[in-house]
Amino acid sequence: MTVSEWPKQAVSWFDERLPVFTFMQHELNEYPTPRNLSYWWNFGSLAGIVLVVMIATGIVLAMHYTPHVDMAYDSIEQRIMRDVNYGWLMRYVHLNGASMFFLLVYIHLFRGLYYGSYKAPREVLWWLGIILLLLMMMTAFMGYVLPWGQMSFWAATVITNLFSAIPLIGDQIVTWLWGGFAVGNPTLNRFYSLHYLMPFVIVGVVMLHLVALHMHGSNNPLGIDRKEERDSIPFHPYYTIKDALGLGVFFIVFAVFVFFAPNFLGEAENYVRANPFQTPAEIVPDWYFLPYYAILRSITFDIWFIPAKLIGVTAMFGSLMLLFALPWLDTSKVRSARFRPIYKQVYWVFVVDCLVLGWVGANRPEGHILIIGQVATAYYFLHFLVLMPLIGWFEKPRPLPDSISKAVLERPAPPAEAGTGGAE
Amino acid sequence: MSDTVESSASGAPGAADGGEEGETRRDFLLLATTAFGAVGAAFAIWPFVDSMNPSADVLALSSIEVDLSPIAKGQRITVKWRGAPVFIEHRTQAQIDAARKDDKADLIDPQLDKDRAKRPEWLIMVGICTHLGCIPLGQKSGQPKGEWGGWFCPCHGSHYDTSGRIRKGPAPKNLPIPEYEFLSDTVVRIG
Repeated sequence: MTVSEWPKQAVSWFDERLPVFTFMQHELNEYPTPRNLSYWWNFGSLAGIVLVVMIATGIVLAMHYTPHVDMAYDSIEQRIMRDVNYGWLMRYVHLNGASMFFLLVYIHLFRGLYYGSYKAPREVLWWLGIILLLLMMMTAFMGYVLPWGQMSFWAATVITNLFSAIPLIGDQIVTWLWGGFAVGNPTLNRFYSLHYLMPFVIVGVVMLHLVALHMHGSNNPLGIDRKEERDSIPFHPYYTIKDALGLGVFFIVFAVFVFFAPNFLGEAENYVRANPFQTPAEIVPDWYFLPYYAILRSITFDIWFIPAKLIGVTAMFGSLMLLFALPWLDTSKVRSARFRPIYKQVYWVFVVDCLVLGWVGANRPEGHILIIGQVATAYYFLHFLVLMPLIGWFEKPRPLPDSISKAVLERPAPPAEAGTGGAE
Repeated sequence: MSDTVESSASGAPGAADGGEEGETRRDFLLLATTAFGAVGAAFAIWPFVDSMNPSADVLALSSIEVDLSPIAKGQRITVKWRGAPVFIEHRTQAQIDAARKDDKADLIDPQLDKDRAKRPEWLIMVGICTHLGCIPLGQKSGQPKGEWGGWFCPCHGSHYDTSGRIRKGPAPKNLPIPEYEFLSDTVVRIG
């Protein structure tokens, strides 16, 4: 053989023993993808890249962090932020990376809600996505405790106390979670251990998420299945380049936060050392937990013999658990909201409702803010439990195009498309 | 593995001479082995779960002795017990009377004042709001004491009375009373 041929030979030698090249060729190069994906389809891969960034910065931070109640705060504020080379950069990337991760995943999730990506045959793909969100929340919460500032300590106290709402064994569970009789050193140690473990569990579930995705491929803005050959294009180079452009734009946004406003999304109170004897005037979680916090605090009344605390905790967890049932709560056969005139409007009301819940969560639940929170909480559940089933039943969807390529390549009048496409 | 091969090979011709019985015996062995394995695994999980419960060194710090002699009437002090604050109040007669009068009031978590203080002049409670674990205010002079002159939790607005009973707000229970015992008139052991 000639010299130019032998790398090819080496590749096929290796591939016959471990088929990584075949796998990559199949899943990236040939992987057929709908030809009409918009930029809303960038956010899954962006979230995956942020996960890698979080693991990389996290591993470095762990080399300098000390998980002890007497030393944790200083090991971050003194050593990592001031003494360790580029420690400030690692820390701020990790800190803001968490916010970016949630931002991307929330956009990804709302994209799925708009275009009906959770419907058959992608229900399990959707479930895995919700599981990923739950795992992310656990990881973010435990990571937030590690700096051992005032918000770290009191967030840990309030969140672990949620489990005391469980009837009969609640208090034992809380003691077990703490490894003591209050949030303390054993709690910090186990949170650190789990915070290091969880990202790798997330990586595992991401793999499953991708396997489930590749079974039927991506949904698309039209929400119809691919029928003809020309409905698809190979993932590479068309979507690798589209993802790369999106990544560039996203990194600019990320960098603006890291370099110009690294604490904009955080709470100043967490730059005060944890003090178990003084509760801060207001305990507020990071922005990505605010809507759930609003739901929790909106329940201020008992129902029959069930105490308000238990109802609040149930409502908060229920708001997420509800998403598992969404493929069946939505009774419409049509996936994309583009062809669902009523759902399309209700969708945006729901988006506003979630933003209102976020705003309520950032404020004290008193007076009119409490009322707004209760109305927004009720609407959240109304949307999933009443509106979704009902609208699918009586709504008359607009006619679906025959195929993706027909709709995209033979569109009659471009201005009409621009009118509906703007918000999507 | 070889069992399976053998059974499928002898299955069809041996059906008449007790082949089916052999299947049942194999099923039983499979079930018994699986059940035994599952129970064993469940027992093996317990040490992992229990290792997360409070350890001996944490439990060793679980009781403290407090000298009450320097606490003047009407004064409140906070001591640390099991990593959590304990409120000790040397109550005045007026406060005791107010608490007793409210025994008959419409309480969220009904409890008599005499069941909450072994000696009426000493009120000893865990100072953690029963809502979500914040520390109620009222221990230091100048802090809000709530509408009943006891304690007030700033997190979500729970009011406690002079017996530490919840009177208003989202907290479901009275401030808990720890185990304690008077070793003498001026020394109390908590825990």
